[in-house]
Amino acid sequence: MAKLHVSTTINGEPMEFLCEPNDTMLDALRGPLGLTGSKEGCASGDCGACSILLDDRLVCSCLMLSAEAQGHEIRTIEGMADGEKLHPLQQKFLEMAALQCGICTSGMLVASDALLKKNPQPSEEEVRFWLAGNLCRCTGYDKIVRAVLETAQDMREARN
Amino acid sequence: MNVITNNKWIGQRTIRPDGVDKVTGRAAFAADTTMPGMIWGKILRSPHPHARIKSIDTSKALALPGVKAVVTARDIVDFPVDKSVMLGIQDMRWMCRNVMAREKALFPGHPVAAVAATTEAIAAKACELIEVDYEVLPWAIEIDDALKADAPILHEFNKFEGKPSNIAGKLEVKKGDIAQGFKEAEVVIERTFTTRPVHQGYIEPHACLISVAADNKTTIWSSSQGQFMVRAMTSYLTGIPQSDIRAIPAEIGGGFGGKTIVYLEPLATLLAKKSGRPVKMVMTREEVMRATGPTSGSKSTVKIGAKKDGTIVAAQGTFYLQAGALPGSPIRGAVGCSFSPYDIPNVLSVGYDVLSNRSKVAAYRAPGAPIGAFAVECVMDELASALKMDPLELRLKNAARQGTKAAHGPVFPRIGYVETLEAAKAHPHYAAPLGKLQGRGVASGFWFNAGGESSAQVNITEDGNVVVTTGHPDIGGSRAAIANVCAELLGIDYRQVSVLIGDTATVGFSNLTGGSRVLFASAMVVTQSTEKVITTLRERAAKIWEIDPEAVKWENGAAHPASPNAGQFEPLTLAELAAKAPQMGGPIGAGVQLNTEGAEGGFGTHICDVEVDVELGIVRVIRYTAVQDVGRAVHPGYVEGQMQGGVAQGIGWALNEEYIYNKDGKVDNPGFLDYRMPVCSDLPMIDTVMVEVPNPKHPQGVKGVGEVPLVPVMAAVANAVHHALGKRFYSLPMSPPKVLAALEAEG
Ligand code: FES
Ligand code: FES
Repeated sequence: MAKLHVSTTINGEPMEFLCEPNDTMLDALRGPLGLTGSKEGCASGDCGACSILLDDRLVCSCLMLSAEAQGHEIRTIEGMADGEKLHPLQQKFLEMAALQCGICTSGMLVASDALLKKNPQPSEEEVRFWLAGNLCRCTGYDKIVRAVLETAQDMREARN
Repeated sequence: MNVITNNKWIGQRTIRPDGVDKVTGRAAFAADTTMPGMIWGKILRSPHPHARIKSIDTSKALALPGVKAVVTARDIVDFPVDKSVMLGIQDMRWMCRNVMAREKALFPGHPVAAVAATTEAIAAKACELIEVDYEVLPWAIEIDDALKADAPILHEFNKFEGKPSNIAGKLEVKKGDIAQGFKEAEVVIERTFTTRPVHQGYIEPHACLISVAADNKTTIWSSSQGQFMVRAMTSYLTGIPQSDIRAIPAEIGGGFGGKTIVYLEPLATLLAKKSGRPVKMVMTREEVMRATGPTSGSKSTVKIGAKKDGTIVAAQGTFYLQAGALPGSPIRGAVGCSFSPYDIPNVLSVGYDVLSNRSKVAAYRAPGAPIGAFAVECVMDELASALKMDPLELRLKNAARQGTKAAHGPVFPRIGYVETLEAAKAHPHYAAPLGKLQGRGVASGFWFNAGGESSAQVNITEDGNVVVTTGHPDIGGSRAAIANVCAELLGIDYRQVSVLIGDTATVGFSNLTGGSRVLFASAMVVTQSTEKVITTLRERAAKIWEIDPEAVKWENGAAHPASPNAGQFEPLTLAELAAKAPQMGGPIGAGVQLNTEGAEGGFGTHICDVEVDVELGIVRVIRYTAVQDVGRAVHPGYVEGQMQGGVAQGIGWALNEEYIYNKDGKVDNPGFLDYRMPVCSDLPMIDTVMVEVPNPKHPQGVKGVGEVPLVPVMAAVANAVHHALGKRFYSLPMSPPKVLAALEAEG
């Protein structure tokens, strides 16, 4: 079967790629697009390691067909920092040791970013429920939740 | 209790050297690499729990266009069952049969053949074309079934007390006279407990990419808890000499013990050798759940006897641990650690290694110890209430201290167990009020910790910075702690120190990342290497100043003339000495290789509050405090992280995690949806108290910290549930159906 040709925007750049009809967006990112920052922990939508933004909506890229990217905007972990300048969440994760092995980190950051865009002042409970789709087996989530809450506060203060 | 002061970097929450890579997606984990010409490997797995393999016909698979190679057990070096060949704690007889079924398939998911093809889809299709003729045999999954008189025997060659048996080993630890001890007891509690096998649950599935040249020169790119283990096991199983194999450690996405053995590397190596192409293999989550890890399920009976004043006089434990389909459950941890927090004159602790048709167990965080501690610490709780004593008081009264001879042999040096109990008692958590249907439990735990072989190289770059290479995969921030140690000794900014994990060709032999040994061992070799470098730097300065090297001291990143020459010369900085290196004797660097000794065991005491939803049967942990004797927290953030992560895993083990087997002897929940690990909304913040009693046998006082925090958790949760409901669960997990059934039975 011939491959499908997809034109899309990834991290602000126009991109084209070829894929099989049943390839997931995660397959395309990690394969032809070479963006291996999104991870595959389960391929079933249960771990969140593959989290990306599709037109600003948080999705599991393992549950999305890559052909669906046609004409849409995708954001991945690779697009989170502004050149050399880390996103405040990235910086805070480092300062607060909110990662151990780091395999969940891309997904955690993308998901947390999506949360703060929607809700700049989340409660601990809101952070916990928002991140409930992102498994971390290393940290017990404590430092991740704290890092998200502190970043939210810093970002609010920076805006005021 | 911060006993070492005046440190600039030790004890600081510095940014880890690999941090930016990990928050930007740049870090390369095992599945993130490709090679030109790479093809894909897939595994055909047994659908049966137990079946003799009569024949395997691979001809149709090989004929499929795109298929480049097929391997079966015949291609793997055989280790006959009658002769043990040990590699560390692993017996190659079992490793060779675990990576690929040989005489029999022993569990559903056991590899039977592997295929490499140009695409994953073709490789998967080829697997379906392989014809295996099985003679299906009766099977046993649970301990009781495997121990029945007429149980199907997994290995005819395995004998126990002279008869074919599913008991593959027995371990006994004895101290004093157990019968006499119980005679002296005034209160005796004896209970039986069961726990279920639980998976390590690392989020990164096993993966590797391997190329083999025509002359056998092999490059392995994989994530594991030890590149040297990968090299050795692959060498043993493929026959390629270790010197021809270069194992490169990828970043590792969690291990917890589960990546201390190989599954894919030998198969991918053989496929790459046969096909002449680099071969990539990545497990699916389902394969991870069916065929790797977990830790043992168990059945334990523990009996403890005490005087009325709370003095424990005798303790006995019998621990049956599931090995899975091949011998090797962690009975040593259950038998050896369970009673170690206490000074008990008479102890008998016995463990049995039980075979059954499940995947072979792998190490999981303090292997065996949490299983034993669950039983012992629940009995301690019952004993405390029988004696009308506070449970921490009972532990304090019997606590192991400096000079106590542990049941498993050693005499403890200065340890911090008592301090953990005292800190727990004094913690506001312990006195906080509880609401309706809420309860509080405490429990303690011990883990041996390990030393062993480590190598490091410390090199000064021409511009006066530092590159440290060690040999242990970093799973939880160990590079950050090593940078702190090296920067402290050199008196420079920690950001000047790059810490890398070398591959098997670039750094000396280093044993696994396991046993909570990495920082203990690597800080030791890095310290000695750095000290050698400092000696060289002082010699260079002495040469330049034309004074005696003894008259040069190293301080704040520079050589200074010491008395009687103090003040005579301007200090020479690291950068200045590095720049002068070519003229003054050449490159500056030093390596040290050691079999490190002096790893001391660690202790933890935990406090857990739960609330039970009696409608839904859900137990929620609402507050948790972990106190641990951590030696010296070189990087407190990552020490706390180990403690918090261990607690979270323990809560999963206590409340939800288990494999559900169906009537065909297969796991019905091989994914994250139904194998329910704690998610963010399941947990509270996890408070940590680091008690720092420095290890007297380590230059920085380091003690392993990674495994202890899992040991007490299940008992702390069970004791809390008992306190909330007045009802004790002797079997894990305390999942909603079980809790509801227990509440209903009560009426
Ligand atoms: S890989 Fe997509 S959710 Fe796990
Ligand atoms: S840091 Fe390892 S899974 Fe989250």
